Amino acid sequence: MSALPANPQDRTSDRALSRRSFLRGTAAVSGLAALAASLAPLRELGDFTSIEEFFQKYYKELTPEEMKRVLARIERQVEQQYGVRPHVRDLKPMDGVEFVYCLNLTRCIGCRKCVHACVAENNQSRNPEIQYIRVLKLPHGSLDLEKAQHDYVAKEVPEKGFFYMPVQCQQCKNPPCVKVCPVHATWQESDGITVIDYDWCIGCRYCEAACPYWARRFNFAKPEIPKERLNPDMAYLGNRPRRQGVMEKCHFCIQRTRVGRYPACLEVCPVGARKFGNILDPDSEVSHILREKRVFIQLKEEMGTSPRFFYYFDK
Amino acid sequence: MIQGTRNYLRFLWRCVRIAFVGDWRYYAWMGVLTALTLIGLNAYCKQLVYGLAVTGMSDEVSWGVYIANFTFLVGVAAAAVMMVIPVYIYNNEELHDLVIFGELLAVAAIIMCLAFVTVDLGRPDRFWHLIPVIGEFNFPASMLSWDVVVLNGYLLLNVHICGYLLYCRYHDRKPAKWFYIPFVFIAIFWAVSIHTVTAFLYVGLGGRPFWNSSIVGPRFLASAFSAGPALIILALQVIRGVTHYRITDKALLTLRSIVQVAMIINVFLLANEVFKEFYSGNLHVASSKYLFLGLHGHHALVPWIWTAVALNLIGMFLLVLPLSHSLKWLNVACVCCIVGIWIEKGMGLVIPGFVPTPLGAIVEYSPTLNETLICIGIWAFGILCYTVFLRMAVPILQGRLAKANEGQPEPDGEPLPPAPSLPASH
Repeated sequence: MSALPANPQDRTSDRALSRRSFLRGTAAVSGLAALAASLAPLRELGDFTSIEEFFQKYYKELTPEEMKRVLARIERQVEQQYGVRPHVRDLKPMDGVEFVYCLNLTRCIGCRKCVHACVAENNQSRNPEIQYIRVLKLPHGSLDLEKAQHDYVAKEVPEKGFFYMPVQCQQCKNPPCVKVCPVHATWQESDGITVIDYDWCIGCRYCEAACPYWARRFNFAKPEIPKERLNPDMAYLGNRPRRQGVMEKCHFCIQRTRVGRYPACLEVCPVGARKFGNILDPDSEVSHILREKRVFIQLKEEMGTSPRFFYYFDK
Repeated sequence: MIQGTRNYLRFLWRCVRIAFVGDWRYYAWMGVLTALTLIGLNAYCKQLVYGLAVTGMSDEVSWGVYIANFTFLVGVAAAAVMMVIPVYIYNNEELHDLVIFGELLAVAAIIMCLAFVTVDLGRPDRFWHLIPVIGEFNFPASMLSWDVVVLNGYLLLNVHICGYLLYCRYHDRKPAKWFYIPFVFIAIFWAVSIHTVTAFLYVGLGGRPFWNSSIVGPRFLASAFSAGPALIILALQVIRGVTHYRITDKALLTLRSIVQVAMIINVFLLANEVFKEFYSGNLHVASSKYLFLGLHGHHALVPWIWTAVALNLIGMFLLVLPLSHSLKWLNVACVCCIVGIWIEKGMGLVIPGFVPTPLGAIVEYSPTLNETLICIGIWAFGILCYTVFLRMAVPILQGRLAKANEGQPEPDGEPLPPAPSLPASH
């Protein structure tokens, strides 16, 4: 940049003025060029969002007609991206149903089959890897989670001297994540499942900081799922593919459980450690367990979150 | 009415115009800041495309330097109140004409805060979901929605107060008391609220024992009222050096006593926290252990926090000693306080809250280059804003940019002769 004329009187002379406007023009042009250059990466933004998505209303405010259009849009987008025509439904909670999960710690052998069945069922990103279930390997006799091993590798499980505790969303009755969300993008449904509207989440990750169970996952990058692995049976609040920059987590396999099936993690469990059902039905297996077992625990009960996920023991 | 609007628009136009003229030092300074801002913008565009994966954050440590800087800057913004209180409540004469520089700093700091929150969002395109009425605003349940309200409210309050006072000065008329004094007093309480709410953002999370402590709020205020005025002390000296605006040493020393008291309280509260964490020795000490001593071979933050502790202590002792009546030592003390608190309250507060995770995993965090560039860009942009505000405010306060000299070329050089109270001669 050049210094201005030393003599203030010169400022108004024609020569000084034209030199000035020339300099100004140069500065303005190079400024704009620098701005354009710095914005250049945006050319690769691609399908970050569409106009339809940008203006899409909040889940609870969508009329049935609008919902239909949204589901059609999602089906179209998934087909474009993965070459598979999915079946996307907006499944509502059933009346008189409150889901509860019970997990038998005596039986769990830490094989992580549930983790992978969950990934396959719920269309989680394979790269970067997202998993809803974390299996903790704990030394015999301690529930101190700071002693837990997360990344254990073993030729054979279970290993002597350890027990295994799978942790996933505990579907709390007082969910801290719901309380902190600034835009109501996550809420608890009448059947007890805490869901996320992936199209409404702003990605602030406050819920992730609030969760005492480390159950929430964020899409730090664009999720990648191999085409041939896509599960085409989808629900809006469940396993439809997510976008970059939003939260997700376990939703008790909404696309299965709301039509009367078991969650994928339960079906795959080789030792029958996982039990799932309607606590409002006194004849259900979970009602029986919570009535008959002498000891069962809610993880971090002292938090007051009141999980719908119970760990119990056999004799 | 129409005349008033025209006058106002002309005032704004002249303010904008003067931001683009200055001497070579001004151009060089603005050039550097613009370049850094654009580099930051470029880094942010990359983040938009590739996602927050370009940062060092993870599901384990889900907030990083963005939120750390945000937290620090909320404190800087709140600290403007520490100049307002002496002036409006204790009628301190020395600080009277300087309050506006503090308030403008608050405006710039809030702009930076909003920028830091925005770059932390995974879906910034959905920001409108946060706007009450047209979006879905979870108020009053979510502390983040409170933060949106108090930060934007504070921004408006300060913009109104500064804007109105400067506009009156421009017209050389006395400001109507009812039109700004009530807002000044609201702003005093509001300033406390922005930092308290920001503290509650952390305190309210029961699953994070490191944050879930009632002392975090008071600590935030103490550190803010120390780092903020310290920053103002340095800023005022720069303004004095560059513009010949009348700023007395006495004013700086008034601020010194504020920094002094706040820093003593800050160090005291830190000691309280450390005692409670380590003496009781329950399981929740893990995060503090990670911060101060390292945990199971992970100690990324240890050198940082001890640097911060050392700087805080040096700053505090310098401030207590009469030595810091000399500006040279006062400046050293201020720099110590600012850097110490920036570390302690930024990385030292945010990161250990995530380590270990609620399930006991230890994953460390360090910012990536791209993330750092975005931070530098936002800081540069904030300083750029503050410079522009001062570029407008100082000539107005000096009477060189006034209604009386409309139509004449804008005063472009500060190096006007050292009699700053004289009107500009053309």
